[in-house]
Amino acid sequence: MEQDTILDTFPRLLQSHVKLRPAQDAMREKELGIWQSWTWAEAAVEIRALACGLASLGLKRGDKLAIIGDNRPRLYWAMTAAQALGAIPVPLYQDAVADEMAYVLDDADVKIALAENQEQVDKLLEIQSRCPALEHIIYDDTRGLGFYQQDFLHEFEQVQRAGIEFDQQHVDFYDTEVAAGHGGEIAIMLYTSGTTGKPKGVILSNDNVIITARNGIIREGLSAQEEVLAYLPMAWVGDNLFSYAQSYVAGFCVSCPESATTVASDLREIGPTYYFAPPSVYENMLTQVMIRMEDAAASKRKMFDFFMRHARRVGVRILNGESVSLKDSLLYKLGNILVYGPLKDVLGLSRTRLAYTAGEAIGPDIFDFYRSLGINIKQLYGQTECMVFICVQPDGEVYADTVGTPAIDVDIKIDDSGEILYRSPGVFQAYHKNPESTASTKTADGWVRTGDAGFFDDVTGHLKIIDRAKDVGKLTDGTLFAPKYIENKLKFFSFIKEAVVFGNDRDFSTAFINIDLDAVGNWAERRNISYSGYIDLAAQPEVCELIKQCVDKVNQDISRDTRLANSQIRRFLILHKELDADDGELTRTRKVRRSFVGERFDVLVEALYSDQPQCHIETEVTFEDGRTGLLAADVGIFNAEVFSASSPARGAAA
Amino acid sequence: MSARNIGDVILKVDNIDLSFGVMKVLDNISFDVRQGEIRSIIGPNGAGKSSLLNVINGFYHPQQGTITFKGNTRKHMAPHVAASQGIARTFQNIALFKGMSTLDNIMTGRNLKMKTNLFWQALHIGPARAEELENREAAERIIDFLDIQAIRKKPVGKLPYGLQKRVELGRALAAEPELLLLDEPMAGMNSEEKEDMCRFIIDVNDEFGTTITLIEHDMGVVMDLSDRVLVLDYGKQLADGIPDEVRNNQSVIDAYLGVPHE
Repeated sequence: MEQDTILDTFPRLLQSHVKLRPAQDAMREKELGIWQSWTWAEAAVEIRALACGLASLGLKRGDKLAIIGDNRPRLYWAMTAAQALGAIPVPLYQDAVADEMAYVLDDADVKIALAENQEQVDKLLEIQSRCPALEHIIYDDTRGLGFYQQDFLHEFEQVQRAGIEFDQQHVDFYDTEVAAGHGGEIAIMLYTSGTTGKPKGVILSNDNVIITARNGIIREGLSAQEEVLAYLPMAWVGDNLFSYAQSYVAGFCVSCPESATTVASDLREIGPTYYFAPPSVYENMLTQVMIRMEDAAASKRKMFDFFMRHARRVGVRILNGESVSLKDSLLYKLGNILVYGPLKDVLGLSRTRLAYTAGEAIGPDIFDFYRSLGINIKQLYGQTECMVFICVQPDGEVYADTVGTPAIDVDIKIDDSGEILYRSPGVFQAYHKNPESTASTKTADGWVRTGDAGFFDDVTGHLKIIDRAKDVGKLTDGTLFAPKYIENKLKFFSFIKEAVVFGNDRDFSTAFINIDLDAVGNWAERRNISYSGYIDLAAQPEVCELIKQCVDKVNQDISRDTRLANSQIRRFLILHKELDADDGELTRTRKVRRSFVGERFDVLVEALYSDQPQCHIETEVTFEDGRTGLLAADVGIFNAEVFSASSPARGAAA
Repeated sequence: MSARNIGDVILKVDNIDLSFGVMKVLDNISFDVRQGEIRSIIGPNGAGKSSLLNVINGFYHPQQGTITFKGNTRKHMAPHVAASQGIARTFQNIALFKGMSTLDNIMTGRNLKMKTNLFWQALHIGPARAEELENREAAERIIDFLDIQAIRKKPVGKLPYGLQKRVELGRALAAEPELLLLDEPMAGMNSEEKEDMCRFIIDVNDEFGTTITLIEHDMGVVMDLSDRVLVLDYGKQLADGIPDEVRNNQSVIDAYLGVPHE
């Protein structure tokens, strides 16, 4: 028997699972309407064949393998296959347009690219001339690719067959390569979405990834029995942690949905016990539930309302393990049978023991809705630069407006300017080919600047994030201006999808609003307001009044905090187009690029700071296929009600 | 990029005349379709395009002329015989079973492939079970191909129009036809839906080698997709040839620009 090696690389973790739980499912994918599964032993065979195939194409230690596509077992296996050779997987956002892809492929010196399908292959062929290092393209789904003749194009199975042959000729090759790997070696390169400027390649070592993943597992007590659905982009650090690294460390099974459009029903079929979703997903689910409840029969709606009221009153306390009266407890149990249980089942969350959310602030209403149903949803605070975990909310100490306490082995300090810094075993090695950014982010003694402003709450001791440190500004009268704080308050209304607030170095705050087409559309239908599409709906006077009420409520809310009271929104407009990542207005992870939006719509910003009642604008838009068109509209501008500081009553301005 | 194989003539229509009473709908129409090609029929409203498809799949019986499909010449044929010989079609006004799911609608397209009798099917045992599994897999492959997994179990009556059109294409494909007749597959679609549908038509032709005859009004689509185009006007054959020839044909230009008929 060979000696047990230290489990400090992914191929070694794989080998250990083959020994420990060979017959347990490692991956599942829904194909042709049926869940297909691969055990750890089967996955290992696939990975070995692919690794040898990649080696036969010339992939060597230190080379980069790009992985582009939806969550597919084969794409995850490609990560391990590359890591087995000491090569570095570089997952890319599958919905990125060709230009964005060209930048990353070139910056990373990718040698081989694995593409999911024709769509991705076409993009790669388009930009190939700009990526001199790219030698081979491998594709998984053969559909539509039958007539492609290029000899650098290879079918996935063909590469595996070549690999099996290569393996037979070089019997010791694979094991030798795996043995040569070590914890300090680079495990993966992940590109940050780039809220500012070009994406940066974050280099993470095996130790960074594996130790962080293991710490997360220890803190939450995760086991090999968890069920996880992999549906978030593979290029995003969270997916790499939850659907790949933690699965390899704990040994649990990861399921891939049939397609991006079937996630909701696949979620329900799998019933994950461990689940991650950004706040927008939870928001969406809740919106869908509410829309469907409004269409339900009156008796059902009454029952739903009654038990949801009860859940809001005692559900969170029950989840936190606090004691409630016997009557409340029994009523909650009845509600569980009649409402909460069926609802959780529809949402696919009936088995969920642990649900995380991160990335953006989550609305307190949404957060409490899920918690009151008995779903243990918690916020965490993380970054690509440290393989996610900085802070996590401990069980039983979950508050809507904090991100919890430091994760295992993480140290946090807050500098004089209010910026949060941390140190952890997950701290990245460097930014790829970007020593200046590395030096400005990582201090000499290993602290990483997050760029976020925050403080530890006096009462709970938890970390609270206000905004990006560089975005916190001041109005001309010196009032603190935290745009994201206000935007989040606006976005907590289901009618508002996105908001962009301006005000730094200005006399007062103003806002661009994107309405939520589903929620507002449904609201309009109920009132017999007809509309042809987004632009038309956004311009309806009733809709403008509806949004004004939301803005007024936010202003009232802000007016309670004396430090921020003057940053109430005086004027706002409803944007004539939905902010879109294809137009560069959002990042691929759907974060607003505030300064970009401000420049793109500078005419509207100026109009907000004048007395114009409306403003004409023409905007260039990019369609899904990359073509552009022109969009013209007259955007109305409205004054919001302003409340006087600290007085709950209506202020003088009316 | 394209390396498609256009084979021999699979369908030949000779001197077809079709009248309803005194109304002459098709007047001496002759054309052929070769194995593996995409053949379009265009013409203004009332030109006789749909009637011609109805003649091909045996729904209308022409007064004159013959139809030769895969070497068999005939004058009359019932639609179910046409279907069993490998001709499938979609309709201008969607003709799906609105209350049934996408999957069930596509399964009905497999009807001709099912051999076991009602008794076995009702019990769902033995050969009927194996057959059902086999056909379900074929239906699932079509669902995957057309990327409609998300609506697999939804009743088609509740789907948006563009998706219903896609389901209808799926049902026609389920019969594994050699000749696929599409009657205005893109009517009433927006440009994005049209683009998707074009993609599917090209993919069907590429992947399965299915011969396709389609009626379409969008000239851009027709000229991009087709190998050859047949032009009809008031039941008469106006032109026939590759897209470039047709585009530059004076009588076609006249018909489409509305030159008055003497």
